Amino acid sequence: MTEDLKIDGHVDSIAVDDEPTTGVIGDREESAILCAVAPVGLLAELTHRCPLQCPYCSNPVELESVKNELTTEEWCSVMSQAGEMGILQVHLSGGEPTARKDLEEIVKTAADAGLYSNLITAAVNVKRERLEKLKELGLDHVQVSVQDVDPGGAERIGAFKNALEKKLEFARWVTELDMPLTINAPIHRHNIHNVPRYIDVAVELGAQRIEIAHAQYYGWALLNRAALIPTYEETIASIEYVEAARERLKGVLTIDMVVPDYYAKRPKPCMGGWGKGFMNITPAGKVLPCHAAESIPELNFDNVRDKKLLDIWMDSDAFNAFRGTDWMKEPCKSCAFKEVDFGGCRCQAMAISKDPRNTDPACSLSPYHNEMVNLAKAEAAKPATAFVYRNTRNAAQVSKAHGEVFEPAE
Amino acid sequence: MPAVKRPTRLVVDRTTKPIMPRYLKLRHDPGRDRWVLLAPERILTPDAIAVMVLKLCDGERSVDDIAAKLAEEYSAPVDVIAGDVVELLQDLADKGYIKG
Repeated sequence: MTEDLKIDGHVDSIAVDDEPTTGVIGDREESAILCAVAPVGLLAELTHRCPLQCPYCSNPVELESVKNELTTEEWCSVMSQAGEMGILQVHLSGGEPTARKDLEEIVKTAADAGLYSNLITAAVNVKRERLEKLKELGLDHVQVSVQDVDPGGAERIGAFKNALEKKLEFARWVTELDMPLTINAPIHRHNIHNVPRYIDVAVELGAQRIEIAHAQYYGWALLNRAALIPTYEETIASIEYVEAARERLKGVLTIDMVVPDYYAKRPKPCMGGWGKGFMNITPAGKVLPCHAAESIPELNFDNVRDKKLLDIWMDSDAFNAFRGTDWMKEPCKSCAFKEVDFGGCRCQAMAISKDPRNTDPACSLSPYHNEMVNLAKAEAAKPATAFVYRNTRNAAQVSKAHGEVFEPAE
Repeated sequence: MPAVKRPTRLVVDRTTKPIMPRYLKLRHDPGRDRWVLLAPERILTPDAIAVMVLKLCDGERSVDDIAAKLAEEYSAPVDVIAGDVVELLQDLADKGYIKG
């Protein structure tokens, strides 16, 4: 990563480059080259348990059961190893990470290992005392998901009573404790009209950051696509609003936006490149190049129970499968942007074209692109289908149905 | 919700006393032999001079004080340096990494 360093004696070249740490598409050219030696970011999915049942969830439909979860010692070992191998940031996610009673120990070990820690929480079941304790133990940043800024919408989307009220209360505790707060706004057809109010709420709360995260159609969200996908026109209007707000709120609120790539012309540089800067660990310890990678059937994943994290990063078949550009087919292979977007998302290529080596269909050069856009537009034009809520009953139903139509549980 | 004072954009000038919020961490990254500024969902890689500026952002020194220190260190004209420091800090303030 030495090319990023511009050390010379001249003050006129003071430079600060920034890298996003979770594959978020930020303002301007932030998809900078990521470290080739070791990853900079680790997404730790501590559990698949969650009090909410959001249909846009990006977890795999097959949810991991509690009995398979890594133990406290195993997660703490992961944190220590992560620090030693040069990982800089850890995102504690799930499911709902606070469902783990040992979150405190994991946070403390992460802090001791020098990791910058980020708690990604639904924030409906956490007491103020627990947040204070986590801060004391070294938690650096808190991200709260808000399903809608309308109480009724939030309750319906997450299937949790009074969710919004609880979330806003928790978010205020975060800023009162002088911790940085991110509001995560998962956007789809049921709340896209509220993007402006989301931004107002984030400013009122004193948040540092908001993620306007258009749903990405993997896992549960893919299953619910016809229930969630907004129209092209609504999408464009929301993007334009965000771009204007970003300018207006410069220095007040950082607005990151994950664009809905069904309506994009160019694919997103997914994870900043496969096996380039990030790794993801599932509740049962499987190490993935991205959180949706299990949707690619040909990949085999190593487990932190069997191998050292660094060895997995360096040698795992799953990480090596799509590293660099040698695996590419046309039109990626001869494309001028192949080192910029890395062919986009492997999981989306798999989901739409059934071959993970194809160009991401979000790219206008993909032969599947028009099909995908038309599919999205056709689904968005129809009334939204009923939610298939993310819960264990529906997970069991889906696995029984093997892709056939089934009646979702209420 | 109780009335909250709306934050405003910090406009940096030579009298500003910049401060780096406590939740940002400026650290040396030994594996890659570089400095990093760890922030929510971001990793910034400041160069040597930016690191020096950031270390001086303690809320007590003004931009002019910081520029004077750098001018001494690099034997460069203070006015030029002050301009560059204002530019750097404005950029960082607009990203939310520097407060006044």
